[in-house]
Amino acid sequence: MRFFLGALVVLCLLSVTSLLVGVAELGGDDALNLLLISRLPRLFAILICGFSLAICGSIMQMLVRNRFVEPMTVGTGQGAAVGILLVTVFFAAAPLMLKMLVASVTALVASLVFLAIVNRLPPTQPYTVALVGLVYGGILAAGVTFFAYQVDLLQYIDVWINGEFSGVLQGRYELLWVAAIVCALSYLVADQFSIVGMGRTATINLGLSYRQVMIFGLAMISLVSALTVITVGMIPFVGLIVPNIVSRFCGDNLRKTLPIIGCVGAVTVLAADLLGRIVRYPFEVPASTVLGVLGAALFIWLLYKPAIHAR
Amino acid sequence: MRVRTLVTLAVLLLVSVTTYMTVGARGNWEFLLSFRGTKLAAIVLIAISVSTSTVLFQTVARNRILTPSIMGFDALYVLMFTLGVFFMGAHSFLTIAPVTQYFVSLLLMVGVALALFGTLLLQAREDIMRMMLTGVILAAFFRSLTSLITRIIDPNEFGYIQVASFARFNQIDADLLSISAVLCGVCLLIAWRIRHRLDVLALGREAAINLGENPRRGVIEVLILVAVLVSVSTAFVGPIAFLGLLVVSIAHRVWPTASHGVLLPVAAAVSIITLVGGQAILERVLHSAVPLIVIVDFLGGILFLYLILMRSHR
Repeated sequence: MRFFLGALVVLCLLSVTSLLVGVAELGGDDALNLLLISRLPRLFAILICGFSLAICGSIMQMLVRNRFVEPMTVGTGQGAAVGILLVTVFFAAAPLMLKMLVASVTALVASLVFLAIVNRLPPTQPYTVALVGLVYGGILAAGVTFFAYQVDLLQYIDVWINGEFSGVLQGRYELLWVAAIVCALSYLVADQFSIVGMGRTATINLGLSYRQVMIFGLAMISLVSALTVITVGMIPFVGLIVPNIVSRFCGDNLRKTLPIIGCVGAVTVLAADLLGRIVRYPFEVPASTVLGVLGAALFIWLLYKPAIHAR
Repeated sequence: MRVRTLVTLAVLLLVSVTTYMTVGARGNWEFLLSFRGTKLAAIVLIAISVSTSTVLFQTVARNRILTPSIMGFDALYVLMFTLGVFFMGAHSFLTIAPVTQYFVSLLLMVGVALALFGTLLLQAREDIMRMMLTGVILAAFFRSLTSLITRIIDPNEFGYIQVASFARFNQIDADLLSISAVLCGVCLLIAWRIRHRLDVLALGREAAINLGENPRRGVIEVLILVAVLVSVSTAFVGPIAFLGLLVVSIAHRVWPTASHGVLLPVAAAVSIITLVGGQAILERVLHSAVPLIVIVDFLGGILFLYLILMRSHR
């Protein structure tokens, strides 16, 4: 509980800072407009992304039963990029809704394939699952790059591959609220995800349909990943680092920890974005680049640090 | 004996080189031969350095799935080059000769590679999968750090880096080619001279000590060779993720042997055939503009996935 409150306080402080940091001065007559059109939407987009990606990461870790996976590195995000690319090439005039739908479907297919591969691996090798996931995501990304090269869209896909928030304005990010709502609703079935995390036999023993929860969880993760990739691009490692750190302090009961995970995720992305804005002011470094550096470093630490048992 | 394999390899080698040099040739032969000859020399250099560095690395890591590029060696080289620009400023870094730039990056890279991968290889024997995962993450870390630094660098200076690395892509720098050829030649010579020691190192720590070999010294020597070879290929074409894995796996299939006296040349031959032959088919026969590296990496990635899945089932 103290952990949660601490995270909330940090979140509020960072949010205020985020509203105050920017190239334009906040003092003039346009201050309100500036806030409403640029600063607030950006803040909301960042908070929603961090919140929902961290939650999706923890749910995916439960579904796959592995601590070292998250949607943006094991193929779900890349699958969404495949979908967006396909729509852009074949129905360039498609409405945003159709784009989102196709991206969610391809993301779901990509995650199902990943799951099928993982199911063939013995459960005694957690590192292998993570390795396979990373390489699988890498191959999908290479495929996207190859295809985009053929149809001359290489610059275009860079927008989805490297997530950043500088393009977020009023009217351009509202789809993300769907992701926020979906993730908030996942809280209602959080205990079912925790049960699935105990394995197939335990799940069926406790009277749950393993398949149903699995499909529901993956569909949710795919939808949220597709929404994120379409609106701001891929944001790596949040879904991996945050649930791991929270579970070190607060355990694995998702009903209890999901709000904390979401809150810490929002703090993480917000901090990365702020860092990216400050480090080379007035230019910007994408949040995904900052998170790529910090996340990879933390990942290696997680690999070699002995486990602390949850209290 | 392996006469048939030997003959097949030789014929394929000859065919791919001649195809590359002659098919679609029009106009002045003198210009054409020297123009294509330089490119051919560069491709052969890259092919040999990639295959040799992979064989050497797999020997000391005692693992046929690991390669230097999977463990992040070439990402490290790019990072070191970028750091050079960052700390010395584009003007001063780019006005010194490309050869000096190259040596500065190389020296930094050898140091970091020894510190990082040396400790990794010497201590983390018990869990190969964790070591591989560490390598993949390290590579991602180096790449993100490179892109972070390129963003922090003054946009004008970044322009210089882009121009510099782009120019090198299109035309092969003759100075760099000759200096790389010398470096690569020295490394190959050393690798060839220690081939029997490599055979012993491949047996594992205990056996190597029993046979009078110091495994720690062996690992360090081999890592230096690997770092130099990787920097040679990366300086020309940038990171190539899975080429080494692909060609060395094929070499193991073509001629299964534990002797490095055979493995090193066979892997080099397969690598040259893949790169030169593939380039010849793509450029001259299919008239495709897709870089060969993209296709090789895609195939190699799938092979990597396959090898991991097979390994975990044993």
